Amino acid sequence: MSFTFAIANRNRSNNHIIMSNTSKNFLLSSIGKKLVMGLTGLFLISFLLVHCFLNSFIFFNDGGLMFNIGAAFMAKNWLIRAMEVVLFVGLVWHMVQALILTMDNSKARPVKYAVNNATSNTKWYSRSMGVLGSLLLLFLVVHLANFWVKSRFTGLPGEDANGNENLYAVMQETFRIGWIIAVYVGGCIALAYHLLHGFPSAFQTMGWNHPKYNRLILITGTLFSIIIPLIFAAMPVSMYFGWVN
Amino acid sequence: MSHGNMKITLKVWRQKNAKINGQLVTYQLNDISPDMSFLEMFDVLNEQLITKGEDPVAFDHDCREGICGMCSMFINGRPHGPKNKVTTCQLHMRSFKDGDTIVVEPWRAAAFPVIKDLTVDRTAFDRIIAKGGFISVNTGNAQDANSLPIPKHDADKSFEAAACIGCGACVATCKNSSAMLFVSAKISQLALLPQGQVERVARAKNMVAQMDAEGFGNCSNTGACEIECPKGISLENIARMNREFYVANLKD
Repeated sequence: MSFTFAIANRNRSNNHIIMSNTSKNFLLSSIGKKLVMGLTGLFLISFLLVHCFLNSFIFFNDGGLMFNIGAAFMAKNWLIRAMEVVLFVGLVWHMVQALILTMDNSKARPVKYAVNNATSNTKWYSRSMGVLGSLLLLFLVVHLANFWVKSRFTGLPGEDANGNENLYAVMQETFRIGWIIAVYVGGCIALAYHLLHGFPSAFQTMGWNHPKYNRLILITGTLFSIIIPLIFAAMPVSMYFGWVN
Repeated sequence: MSHGNMKITLKVWRQKNAKINGQLVTYQLNDISPDMSFLEMFDVLNEQLITKGEDPVAFDHDCREGICGMCSMFINGRPHGPKNKVTTCQLHMRSFKDGDTIVVEPWRAAAFPVIKDLTVDRTAFDRIIAKGGFISVNTGNAQDANSLPIPKHDADKSFEAAACIGCGACVATCKNSSAMLFVSAKISQLALLPQGQVERVARAKNMVAQMDAEGFGNCSNTGACEIECPKGISLENIARMNREFYVANLKD
């Protein structure tokens, strides 16, 4: 025999009143802020993929003809132009959100530990995303000054045999300088470690954690974090040593 | 208990109350048995302090069998000391060497203010639990267990989450003092069961809102909490909490 007292239903409706929406704006909640980090991070990862693919055209080693075709396509396509704006918004949002989270987190522990054995339970790069991200920002300043400013504003030096703007010539020019190579390789190392934590971390934040797929995410993330920065680093290095010209 | 034969130098955080700044104070202990638990070692220290007419070290403890979640202590830079999946009461002095110096601090988090010495106020956890509210259950006779089928997998996952004893080691070890492992375990244990479905959406939103209001930090997925949790609560729960929270916000 089973029956329901009216009081149970009353409790239920009371619960509903007590438990109705008390949470603040989603984007101001802790998990909302994490979601922004994860989504913008994944978006920036997708950008890296496109950027790396198109720049790899220099490895055709054809005097930059293929590379300049790619660059010209990117410069003229209206969708790409629009995405450039989205990219900057995503990048700035990622940085601003990181700054806000870092300030929140430092407020959450006003008195630090005298002894904290963090190496026993975390990877150094997982704890250093802010430092790695700041290094990447420094690299970006140099990188944008080298190429983006020239191609968008100050102009490129002439055209290649196909009549395309010669961005390739700018690369050759830039990657003759030793300290620039060091900055680029350093930037790629920072990127690799930033991705090594960021890639799987973004999936966890999305809620995509499943015993069946966790290994796949981790392996894909690790390979991505090694291979993409390695290809990027190979560009300035191979131009500096004249393997590509 | 075998005869004591260890010499231990203890550096213990002493703090009179929440308002006065504390500092590490050094104590020498000479007759410590390797069979003692870490808390029994503190009992020995306190007996000596009381005999000398000094104020004993305040520390939390209750069951001393690893199930209540009261004992805390950040020992040599790790919550509950150097061994994984144990509470401080289940940590024994044989895990240390004769002549060791051991630094003991309270949990450090804005949301866990120090009450005295090594005791901190963890009522923030109680307030988060309270925000989870009740589950709706019909009164009257309990219905036949078989009329409420639950997949074995879900029952196991829910039980694993429910193993959380709310000790706060996850907050203590997190570089951001985030409480997400704790909150996610409490959300998961009900979200996985049919009994938890009625309030599922509101529970996720309200518990997360209370967690934020208490001043805990944000998760950066370093995974320290999972390693330090004495009950082995999995990071899978944090991902589940995220999903619950996203869906809750889409629905309400």
